[in-house]
Amino acid sequence: MTVHAADAAPQDAASGTSKWSRAWQSHAPGYLFLLPWFIGFFGLTIGPIISSFYLSFTDFDLLTSPDWVGFANYERMFTNDRTFATSMRVTFTFVLFSVPLKLAFALAIAILLNRGMKGLPLYRAVFYLPSLLGASVAIAILWRQIFAGDGLVNQFLSIFGIVGPSWISNPNYSLWTLIVLSVWQFGSPMIIFLAGLRQIPQDMYEAASLDGASKWRQFWKITLPLLTPVVFFNAIIQTIEAFKSFTPAFIISNGTGSPINSTLFYTLYLYNEAFSYFRMGYASALAWFLLLLIACFTAFSFLTSKYWVHYDD
Amino acid sequence: MTIDAHKLTVVTGSENDPSARLRKRIFSVIAHVLLIGASILMLYPLLWLLAASFKPENEIFTSGIWPSLSWDIESYFRGWNAMRVSFSVFYMNSFIIAFLSVVGNLIACSMAAYAFARLQFKGRNFWFAMMLMTLMLPGQVTLIPQYVLFRDLGWVNTMLPLVVPKFLAVDAFFVFLMVQFFRGIPRELDEAAMMDGAGPWRIYWKIMLPLSIPVLVTAAIFTFIWTWDDFFGPLIYLNRMQDYTVMLGLRTFVDSTGESDFGGLFAMSVLSIVPIFVFFLLFQRLLIEGIATTGMKR
Repeated sequence: MTVHAADAAPQDAASGTSKWSRAWQSHAPGYLFLLPWFIGFFGLTIGPIISSFYLSFTDFDLLTSPDWVGFANYERMFTNDRTFATSMRVTFTFVLFSVPLKLAFALAIAILLNRGMKGLPLYRAVFYLPSLLGASVAIAILWRQIFAGDGLVNQFLSIFGIVGPSWISNPNYSLWTLIVLSVWQFGSPMIIFLAGLRQIPQDMYEAASLDGASKWRQFWKITLPLLTPVVFFNAIIQTIEAFKSFTPAFIISNGTGSPINSTLFYTLYLYNEAFSYFRMGYASALAWFLLLLIACFTAFSFLTSKYWVHYDD
Repeated sequence: MTIDAHKLTVVTGSENDPSARLRKRIFSVIAHVLLIGASILMLYPLLWLLAASFKPENEIFTSGIWPSLSWDIESYFRGWNAMRVSFSVFYMNSFIIAFLSVVGNLIACSMAAYAFARLQFKGRNFWFAMMLMTLMLPGQVTLIPQYVLFRDLGWVNTMLPLVVPKFLAVDAFFVFLMVQFFRGIPRELDEAAMMDGAGPWRIYWKIMLPLSIPVLVTAAIFTFIWTWDDFFGPLIYLNRMQDYTVMLGLRTFVDSTGESDFGGLFAMSVLSIVPIFVFFLLFQRLLIEGIATTGMKR
């Protein structure tokens, strides 16, 4: 404060500017502290978003300058691109199964743990570890092995005399191995659920059980309604994460989305269009469509939230 | 003790009823059995990976699903030097990138967070809302223009595209995390310092940062883990093998020798997650608190 006052004082001999300089004094530190963020926000976020919107209407191969093609990219997406449709189907299947399953596991384990179980910190740590490690290449490699034809799962099944398929290379099952991998990482939503459960006042349960409400009824009438804000939050975060998921599908399918595009996540398709075929214009259109999808999903969730999310006030 | 017991008998008289206590005991046993079973299921793949990395190549797939113990570290030596460039180089690259990212995030995100949490300036709420919007933004939508920008700057095949954005506070998660923490620090402290003539820089440096060590450590650990794990960024920007990170090195291992040298591949996979695991062991409590307070994705 004092430093800036000293800087500014000699310049505003005229009293008219002193109002400006006082305003500058009180606002400048805020902008200065935000300076790195501003540069990043405009240079690496807003600028590129606008630029990729422009690119989505062009033909661009990185080497020559972009050619304006109007809506051709979007037209191709919706009328003339089977692979796009496939990748949408794969991604939506992944999101629709992995997110609810993951949240269900997270909530179930959190409720079990929340009953004052002995060894809570240990259990919590064990369940959290996979979600910390799960996104790494090493785990995707491990998964490839577990679900391979001669992998762990089939060795286990063979104990019971079942001959399992090669899960990874069978297009009927390959996406499911990725869903299982995602559900395995239920640790972080579980921790958020645990924090939410701890906020529910204990005397509500005591009152309910005095009134003879069963545990099952207490769950539906107390726990779940009071937990809906946390469920809502977790559902949004996990859905967006699922839409953006990339590494496991890339590693497990060798970057191709194989077998026969059954694991071709939207992000994987976008990556291949951009960096294998250098169709940057088309990839930008794909990216913008993903942005719209996520924005619509988020807006829809917030708009409908007032009908099912319970808020105190 | 006595008060608790008293309260219990008043509130739920059934607690003293032996059959209710028995039911409670049975429930607790069942819950523990379920949880232990789930824990084993969760950890089993990781334990299997660890066991497999210590087995001689010909035993990996023949010893069945039970991790038999053997301590053959041959795979580790073979895997480390299996490719043209050794893993020493990959580790060095990964550590440098992760370290610079941590430094960048700590400086830039704490500065932005301090402005949002404490300083008065025009449009603060607007910019704060903008910052929160970027939390939801899919990276794909900025990917291609960013790539073009970094290419025109001549930064492709250097670590700059991976590190410089961190110095520009693009990880909104950490800004948000720090804002939440800064808001909890009593305002009287900075007001007293202001009375003594301290400006915002001094308050930031001498009061906010020293009082925020826990959140800075949390941000540092998460930054390290996420950068260490990052696959997409290095995949896009690093094309020469001597610049690869550990994750890219592993992926190349799968492509080149993976099908013939599972032992080496598993050994390097284990090593690649060791740094994350060490952070998990040391700072587990901070990580879990960080997730619980902000709801971070991992």
